[in-house]
Amino acid sequence: MSTELAELGAVPASWTRRHLLGLEELSAEEITTILDKAQVFRDAMAAGRQKTPLLVGKTCVNLFFENSTRTRTSFSLAARRLGADTIDFSASTSSLSKGETVIDTAKNLEAMGVDAMIVRHRTPGTPKLLAENLNCSVINAGDGAHEHPTQGLLDILTIRQRKGRIEGLTVALVGDIAHSRTARSNIWGLKKLGAHVIVCGPSTLVSPRWAEIGIEYSYSLDAILPRVDVFNLLRIQFERQYGRPFPSVREYAHLYAMNRDRLARTKGDILVLAPGPINRGVEVTPDVADGPHSAILEQVTNGLAVRMAVLWLLASGRR
Amino acid sequence: MSRILIRNGRVIDPSRRVDRVADVLIDGGKIAAYDVAADDAEVIDASGKIVAPGLIDMHVHLREPGREEDETIATGTAAALAGGFTSIACVPNTEPPIDSQGTVEFIFGQAARADHCNVHVIACVSQNREGKELAEIGQLVEAGAVAFSDDGSPVVDPELMRRALEYCLMFDKPVLSHAEIPELTQHGVMHDGLTALILGLGGIPPAAEDVMTTRDITLAEATGGRLHMMHVSTGGSVDAVRRAKARGVRVTAEVTPHHFTLTDESLRSFDSNFKMNPPLRGQGHVTGCIDGLVDGTIDVIATDHAPHAKEKKMQELDRAPFGIIGLETALGLVVTKLIEPGHLDWPTALAKMTINPARILGIDKGTLAPGADADVTIIDPNARWTVDPSKFRSKSTNTPFAGWELHGRADIVIVGGRIKFGRR
Repeated sequence: MSTELAELGAVPASWTRRHLLGLEELSAEEITTILDKAQVFRDAMAAGRQKTPLLVGKTCVNLFFENSTRTRTSFSLAARRLGADTIDFSASTSSLSKGETVIDTAKNLEAMGVDAMIVRHRTPGTPKLLAENLNCSVINAGDGAHEHPTQGLLDILTIRQRKGRIEGLTVALVGDIAHSRTARSNIWGLKKLGAHVIVCGPSTLVSPRWAEIGIEYSYSLDAILPRVDVFNLLRIQFERQYGRPFPSVREYAHLYAMNRDRLARTKGDILVLAPGPINRGVEVTPDVADGPHSAILEQVTNGLAVRMAVLWLLASGRR
Repeated sequence: MSRILIRNGRVIDPSRRVDRVADVLIDGGKIAAYDVAADDAEVIDASGKIVAPGLIDMHVHLREPGREEDETIATGTAAALAGGFTSIACVPNTEPPIDSQGTVEFIFGQAARADHCNVHVIACVSQNREGKELAEIGQLVEAGAVAFSDDGSPVVDPELMRRALEYCLMFDKPVLSHAEIPELTQHGVMHDGLTALILGLGGIPPAAEDVMTTRDITLAEATGGRLHMMHVSTGGSVDAVRRAKARGVRVTAEVTPHHFTLTDESLRSFDSNFKMNPPLRGQGHVTGCIDGLVDGTIDVIATDHAPHAKEKKMQELDRAPFGIIGLETALGLVVTKLIEPGHLDWPTALAKMTINPARILGIDKGTLAPGADADVTIIDPNARWTVDPSKFRSKSTNTPFAGWELHGRADIVIVGGRIKFGRR
């Protein structure tokens, strides 16, 4: 068993965070620290060293109030590869249906000896509410349309691997910006690392107010095609929308799907990301999703590395 | 009843445009005379203090009957006294709602048993507050209701609102409007601005208020009815009221202390004590509300005191109920945020908390004229104090102002010639 990862080093003295609630509150240095450490885990995986038992004796709990497959599995696997014990807790089987408050539920779990709580919830701010009421580390695994920091980090790590840098790149987030926590985490992370960010989609889902914080907005994918380095194609979040923000899925795909024709009008050496689950034929056509510009599966692998890095940074020194 | 002589205070009585140092004699529960000697009277030295007509808050949720875990008539009226209020008007979104003589009488009974401040009743516009049929407004007037509102909800049906304004005309009672287009606020948690965009929270657009404000003004103009806009929060609604007043529509309006004090950026904390309806708006709207207070478009400062038990507020932001308490912080916020920065002088500010709400509700209060009920609030304008919710008389502590240092507060509160509250 290869237990040591010498390249990882120690948790940097500059790292003082207990929680990961979003990328908005992190500095560029903190984001870079996570990305660098994630890259070490990623390289170790590529070299066949899957397990690095740095968190033996620690307990991580997945507290998911919303459905999830990939994020939940990714966090569980990340914790296990670090040697931590994991507990899965889903709202449907919980006492929440008996009227217990979210804080009480979390406190009860914490009392079982939890070092890190990974929280997904439909409501923005719930991870923060828990962080303020618990002693363990809280990791936001998606709070409503607010943030999904590990998704943002894995997107950015993927871009950095393929493009070699973030600074100076033009990154377009395309789709349902209004309801996307992935968009928000990408916006903060990319902005702090010096990328130019464009949010693109129908005017009912893309607010001009983004310009107030230095984010370009566009309603026309066709117009921005020639000057974008990375396209991050966001899913239409039907489950978060109230009323229809556009007339039909057909019309949406007509205006915003990344297809072969649009690909041909880009710079050429572009990168296509999608946080998944992807709707083939809506935001991206299969030929593009499975083509050479796509990094969709690399994103999944990087997700594991990012979550290992985050768990290690937050939980290794505690207790 | 004992005689009380309030000596040497700065008497500010906006109802009579009085602002001078004077001695006020209270006798038999009434304001008896000014600047007379009274050897047998209990003397209150009010040097350096302001002697004002008892403050009136025309927008209070007392929660009783039905939600006594949040507030009772006894605790709510105690909180009112501590805030300097001698009269409050309670809104009817109780359980059951105040839509019958029996419920009105229950409230008067509970208020009398509590024996703190005067309680006036605002009754429902519609039966069961359902927005379908008019409540028995005539009988509610006979029972003592002073105004009508479905507050908590708007009167969605324009025909019902039109009829309410028309019907209330014959009793000379105002209809109090909670202006909101429900279809525009569904799933909204906070003001629809940059902060909501960044936090990913559902937005409540200003248009949801402005469209309804404009509708109600149009209906008041068409019927000649008396309309009062509750908790105005947008620059657009202030403007609509201003223009309506200029062309003679019988419309009045109130703003709350939180809407002239806080902005939507407070929600960055995700603290549900910043969640209320209408929501905290952007700075432009705050400025609009203050401008309305300054030029007289806004007649009244009212708290929209909305207690919620802690377990309800300590929930996820979308589940936590809308509303904050305000009775015990209102005066301090008026002094700190309106008077000291120079937006309003003392007489203008006090008018909006005394004679103006009294006139809108048609109650014989809000004045220190000889012969009037001796409801008096003695204010220390220089008091500096820190908001400590654990010391509140209210049963709930859902305030966004915990820890704030405020200036000015009520020292002594006299209701009907009796000293009901003293800070000693």
